[in-house]
Amino acid sequence: MSAAVPALEVEHLSFAYGPRKALDGVGFRVQRGECAILLGPNGAGKSTLFSLVTRLYDAPAGQIRIAGRSLRQDSCAALARLGVVFQQPTLDLDLSVAQNLRYHAALHGLSRKEAELRIREELERQGMYARRDEKVRQLNGGHRRRVEIARALLHRPVLLLLDEPSVGLDVPSRKALVDYIHELCRSRDLAVLWATHLIDEIGEEDSLIVLHQGRVRARGMVREVLAGQGVETVSAAFHRLTAEGEA
Amino acid sequence: MKPLHYLRALRGIVARELYRFLHQRERFISALVRPLVWLFVFAAGFRSTLGLAISPPYETYILYEVYITPGLLGMIQLFNGMQSSLSMVYDREMGSMRTLLVSPLPRWFLLSSKLVAGVAVSILQVYVFLSIAWAYGIEAPAEGYLAVLPALLLSGVMLGALGLLLSSFIRQLENFAGVMNFVIFPMFFMSTALYPLWKIQESSELLYRLAQWNPFSQAVELIRFALYGQFNGMACGYTAGATALFLAAAILGYNPSKGMMQRKGGA
Repeated sequence: MSAAVPALEVEHLSFAYGPRKALDGVGFRVQRGECAILLGPNGAGKSTLFSLVTRLYDAPAGQIRIAGRSLRQDSCAALARLGVVFQQPTLDLDLSVAQNLRYHAALHGLSRKEAELRIREELERQGMYARRDEKVRQLNGGHRRRVEIARALLHRPVLLLLDEPSVGLDVPSRKALVDYIHELCRSRDLAVLWATHLIDEIGEEDSLIVLHQGRVRARGMVREVLAGQGVETVSAAFHRLTAEGEA
Repeated sequence: MKPLHYLRALRGIVARELYRFLHQRERFISALVRPLVWLFVFAAGFRSTLGLAISPPYETYILYEVYITPGLLGMIQLFNGMQSSLSMVYDREMGSMRTLLVSPLPRWFLLSSKLVAGVAVSILQVYVFLSIAWAYGIEAPAEGYLAVLPALLLSGVMLGALGLLLSSFIRQLENFAGVMNFVIFPMFFMSTALYPLWKIQESSELLYRLAQWNPFSQAVELIRFALYGQFNGMACGYTAGATALFLAAAILGYNPSKGMMQRKGGA
């Protein structure tokens, strides 16, 4: 993929549940190697945006492209370049770590041999290879998340979507997760779109997308957004950008 | 996408379903206990009160247990289809359905593969049940055990597709009790699983019509004839038609542009 083609391109995206507008003309880009943090209060439209980018359903208006492939017109090619870690744990608890990963590899058409190589590589990278034959039920929350991230990377995606992956993790596990994701962006040139409401997870080198009431309220590198709002902390910028409509 | 990709994905989905089933021993046992109770208790109790005339595919007078066996095979598949549907609603609530739907393959293929995986599990259950019934003395002709396999495939896909269709409408697990009351029980009792059509007609013309048009009746008759090495063209055509209808509606239900999920806003 050419470096000029954004890993994720969202244009004029709108979506409504009946009369209630969830997204209204949303647009942004995430480049390779960029870690974009999607911030927004509850009900801002983050979940809807993730449902649309994972093509759970289609938006009637707007366009989503993953690595230059239209999600609507060329959905299989677009989804092949996407890795996702959902907010809810989605591993089969009664299957082993390796069985869960093999299932994912099969869905992405990897051969058995290739799958075993990549499973080993991804699990070793996160110190989980020795536990590959354990049932997921036996793992703690932090380790399950590591397995989910390994799974999302098995097919070498261009874009990684993370939907509040640190929810429910203790402080050391959260820190390890944040560090690992940032390292992935640097070492693999991976683009990450990370939905969170935990401001302390945001690094200085990250970019920010602030979503509120279905609209993008700010977009840019952290320092640009802070400068634009005339504040010194992400927390202050966030409160200022999402104050409208609050009781 | 290459054909090999489709094949690997199908193999992966079926293997996952079989692993899950084998890991959940309680599910395996409870799936067998239900029809066995019907066979050993219900059918034995009714043996003396229900007289059955000779009717195809049977060539002699038969015991009620023999009559009810194909119906119980259908019952295993009916419950399995609904169980799959329940697990899809559960998967959707838990989010694991999304890991399937986000795969780079057409949605119709992913859903059909999930269906095939469910049918593979139901056929495994059916053959275990048939072997217990055989040990109990309910024997079909040897070739019938092989001939019934394609019939079980078709009926399994039909009932699985119905389950899939229902799962696209049901948003929460709690609503599933309604499916039991409004779908499974009426389908089972208003069918030829427990009594032949002519017997139903003696009691009520309306019930007879309902049972006749019930796709589950046709699936049971397809299985019944196949188990005795015979082909019932009408039952096969009807079951195939119902399969196509249910499957098309289910795929539409999960369609990203037109489906029910979009309207409900849930995964």
